[in-house]
Amino acid sequence: MVKEIHLTNKYKAVVIGGSAGSFQPMVQILSSIPREFPLPIFLCLHRLKHVRHGFVEALSIKSQKDIIEPMDKESIKKGVVYLAPANYHMAVELGNSVSLNTEELINNSRPAIDITFESAAYVYRDKLIGILLSGANKDGAVGMQKIKYRKGLTIIQDIEESMINAMPLAAKNIVEIDYELKVDEIIAFLLKLNKIYQQ
Amino acid sequence: MSYTMGEIEITELRKLTTFIQEKFDYNFKDYAMSSFRRRIKRMLDLYKLQTVDELIHILNTKEGFFEEFVSELTVNVTEMFRDPTFWRVLREHIIPNIMLNHNKISIWHAGCSSGEEIVSMSIVLDEMGILDKAKIVATDIDRSIIAKAKEARYPLKHMEVNRKNYLRYQGKYSLEKYYTEVGSEAVINKALLENVSYRKHDLVQGSVFSKFDLVLCRNVMIYFNQTLQNQVLHRLHESLFKYGYLVIGSKESLIWCDIAHKFIVVNNEEKIYKKIKD
Ligand SMILES: C[S@@+](CC[C@H](N)C(=O)[O-])C[C@H]1O[C@@H](n2cnc3c(N)ncnc32)[C@H](O)[C@@H]1O
Repeated sequence: MVKEIHLTNKYKAVVIGGSAGSFQPMVQILSSIPREFPLPIFLCLHRLKHVRHGFVEALSIKSQKDIIEPMDKESIKKGVVYLAPANYHMAVELGNSVSLNTEELINNSRPAIDITFESAAYVYRDKLIGILLSGANKDGAVGMQKIKYRKGLTIIQDIEESMINAMPLAAKNIVEIDYELKVDEIIAFLLKLNKIYQQ
Repeated sequence: MSYTMGEIEITELRKLTTFIQEKFDYNFKDYAMSSFRRRIKRMLDLYKLQTVDELIHILNTKEGFFEEFVSELTVNVTEMFRDPTFWRVLREHIIPNIMLNHNKISIWHAGCSSGEEIVSMSIVLDEMGILDKAKIVATDIDRSIIAKAKEARYPLKHMEVNRKNYLRYQGKYSLEKYYTEVGSEAVINKALLENVSYRKHDLVQGSVFSKFDLVLCRNVMIYFNQTLQNQVLHRLHESLFKYGYLVIGSKESLIWCDIAHKFIVVNNEEKIYKKIKD
């Protein structure tokens, strides 16, 4: 399937959202993309509110990428993976920085995927790739809608494969998703994208 | 497509902030764009408006609406003993250090929201036995939230988080000691807040009104862009005695501000800084 996807090097960033059942896929993805993968990646994964430490470390173990929880207004660098910190929403600002805030919970979540996706869609427009993984609520669906509206590329984890499919399904129900891929295919997709940038 | 999909463009926001500056003399133009835009969007939905122009029209014509606008615009989410480890460091290192050379302590909560942070501070000081030595000033831009802070009554359903935080802080007693339940609310004991004075103050355009040993400005500047953060840091710096302490939110940073060198980092994890140069 991935073979047929036509890709260009117009993309400027990737956002990935996930909740229950997304940790393993996330680790797999992060351990498979090479260090030189050039785009910044913004991760918004639902997480415990008061556990400030350990998540970055757990995601980093098998990955060659620099994975960080950004400070508010930290500048965005090529190839860095930004993880939304516990109890903060993470947004992309115009002017190439990441911002954090403590606005109300959205879909019962902080960080909320909708906020990261929507803000990234606003800034990167059609140059954004949004990926939504397994999860138990509907966070991310509206975010995917915004990405689509701005003509970015939308991908959900395969509904059958998702450990809990409520989240990708919620997105599928309101957006015409571009691709529904298994984790292995998502990885193949990102590797293919990487190749284009290395040419 | 429904109007909820209708996205607000930067030019519309510029028009709004310019209008507000001219009509009400408040400056929101350097608020962080992504959250400012979302707040405005939220307001359009709330008041069932289609466009920013309609919002401007209401601001222009409806008496008293501007205060409500400020109230809706600002993010008031807060907790007692938010970041419990910070409060521990405060109790174990920062306050003892201040009290080493003083027998009084002056504290400013800049952007105090509904006052949970003030309650926390008062409890810390009370348990250290120095509450009577403290002068606390609490300010916020949002008049209605200041009124709430003054009332110090909180929904019981919020108290669970607060109690958990207090446990993590490892306070001396239990949080229940400091409030009585009235209906569905926790009413904070008045004696605890006797030394607090509340007032409305705008960090962006307000004046420097006093000097303090300790200033808490946590999770306020994250709503500002870097230019404004820098500018406000100057004000906070001026409001501190030399060797006074500044605390910002756990995910904020000063390093890119031009007067960063006038502070030293006392605790990087808890974002506690000390002013070392005037
Ligand atoms: C998220 S609350 C922070 C409350 C508390 N300090 C904490 O960390 O839990 C942010 C507060 O900053 C206030 N604020 C926003 N802009 C301000 C300004 N220009 N001057 C003073 N306060 C402001 C808001 O009204 C809001 O109550």
